[in-house]
Amino acid sequence: MFLVRLVRDFLDLLGSLSLLFMQTLYWTLHDLRIGRFAFKNLIDQMSRIGVDSLPMVAITGFSTGAVLVVQIGYQFSQLGAQRYVGGVVSMAMARELAPILTSIVVAGRVGSSIAAELGTMKITEQIDALETMAANPVEYLVIPRFWGCTFMLVILTVFTNVVGMIGGSIVAVYQIGLTMSTFQDSILQNLKIFDLLGGLIKAGVFGAIIGVIGCYKGFTTENGAEGVGKSTTGAVVLAIMFILAVNYFLTVGINNFNVAYIQ
Amino acid sequence: MIIASHLYKKFGSKEVLKGINLKIYDGETLVIVGPSGCGKSVLLKHIIGLLKPEEGQVLIDGEDITRFSQKKLDALRMRMGMLFQSAALFDSLTVEENVGFGLRKHTDLSALAIHHIVSEKLEWVGLPGSNNLMPSELSGGMRKRVGLARAIAMEPEIILYDEPTTGLDPIMTSAIDELHVSLKKRLGVTSIVVTHDLASAYRICDRIALHYGGQIVAIGTKEEIINSPNPLVQQFIKGEAKGPMTLL
Repeated sequence: MFLVRLVRDFLDLLGSLSLLFMQTLYWTLHDLRIGRFAFKNLIDQMSRIGVDSLPMVAITGFSTGAVLVVQIGYQFSQLGAQRYVGGVVSMAMARELAPILTSIVVAGRVGSSIAAELGTMKITEQIDALETMAANPVEYLVIPRFWGCTFMLVILTVFTNVVGMIGGSIVAVYQIGLTMSTFQDSILQNLKIFDLLGGLIKAGVFGAIIGVIGCYKGFTTENGAEGVGKSTTGAVVLAIMFILAVNYFLTVGINNFNVAYIQ
Repeated sequence: MIIASHLYKKFGSKEVLKGINLKIYDGETLVIVGPSGCGKSVLLKHIIGLLKPEEGQVLIDGEDITRFSQKKLDALRMRMGMLFQSAALFDSLTVEENVGFGLRKHTDLSALAIHHIVSEKLEWVGLPGSNNLMPSELSGGMRKRVGLARAIAMEPEIILYDEPTTGLDPIMTSAIDELHVSLKKRLGVTSIVVTHDLASAYRICDRIALHYGGQIVAIGTKEEIINSPNPLVQQFIKGEAKGPMTLL
């Protein structure tokens, strides 16, 4: 019985998220077609998401790149394979670590703030007020947040890759004893554009997940301040769970595509 | 004319509306009173289409709005304004942006024309020059008045007031009531006011309806309500804890 309810609740959640996602796409196309897309709101959201997340993303990217070089550098040195350190670290960062870690940071910082903001709007009847003024809440509230998260996560992931490589190169030169040119050559020889693109596609999808879940949790907030708290934590937990689950399928899909069409 | 006919609504297992029947005539002010939590706001949200009933109809000018498409509902809502209990001002927008929201969204008026209309409406509600304030800078009474300015910005035919004076001091309550009466004279609107403040209800009403137990148990003019033999009405207007009306 418990299992049945769990499955039913999950399908219900999946249906609601899909519906919100489809509505977002519909209203985006609708607004673009009639030339009413609120680019100003989108830019506002993008700058907010970027500013909110940049310090955390920078620290995460730098330390991850540095730690990866420490771990891989010593092991590879013992095997005499130092010239592969840069390539392995950059591939790991580009394919997996940068999109995943950036999205987890953004889910914590931005997903929670979207859920809290919209949740507060819900319990203070601001969303009802929007509807009474014949304004669609998806069009007005979800579209800028959804696309803001999607675009900014791609940009922040590029930033994480760059900062991670800076952190890695500093450790490689000053702790592992590699020359900068060895490290850089290794990156240039091993890292393919498809590794970067695959990671950025993942980042875009993760951004969309964070946006949809944050907005959904905000819109379904009930029971006052306590409800806002629950929505906020719920948005982060749910977004991270979905990101980790979707990451597996995306990785398989991207690898299969890579094998079939690129290599 | 607005007609609520056999409206039923429940949330989970709790039945909130149990077959409401109500007529509101054009140009009148109907005040719906009743104890807290009896479903007055729920009824109001049905009239503006924010909630859909399990059964029953809401007829506005003869059309059942519960069956309206979103497009038709939006067109109807442009003829209506609503003042929310908490004013529901958009936190991130200034007073001017709040009041002019509907005008910016639904008209082709220039920014200057909208500014003039907003300033006029703010003057009507006694808040001239407050255009650039943020909602967080306003007192409770000021927020309600800005909410009212927003509700009337498009000069609607129907205005719904959800507890317009709750939480306000007696002087501010009286000021809001006077504002209501003057707006009615200026715009000739149909008003539905939900409140449990009887003094305020007597000042502004054409008719009063008592909502209790999910139904309208009495309706009439101020004098008819005051002289009603219905024990529920008498208990409510006398504010007695003991009687047929139990605490919800």
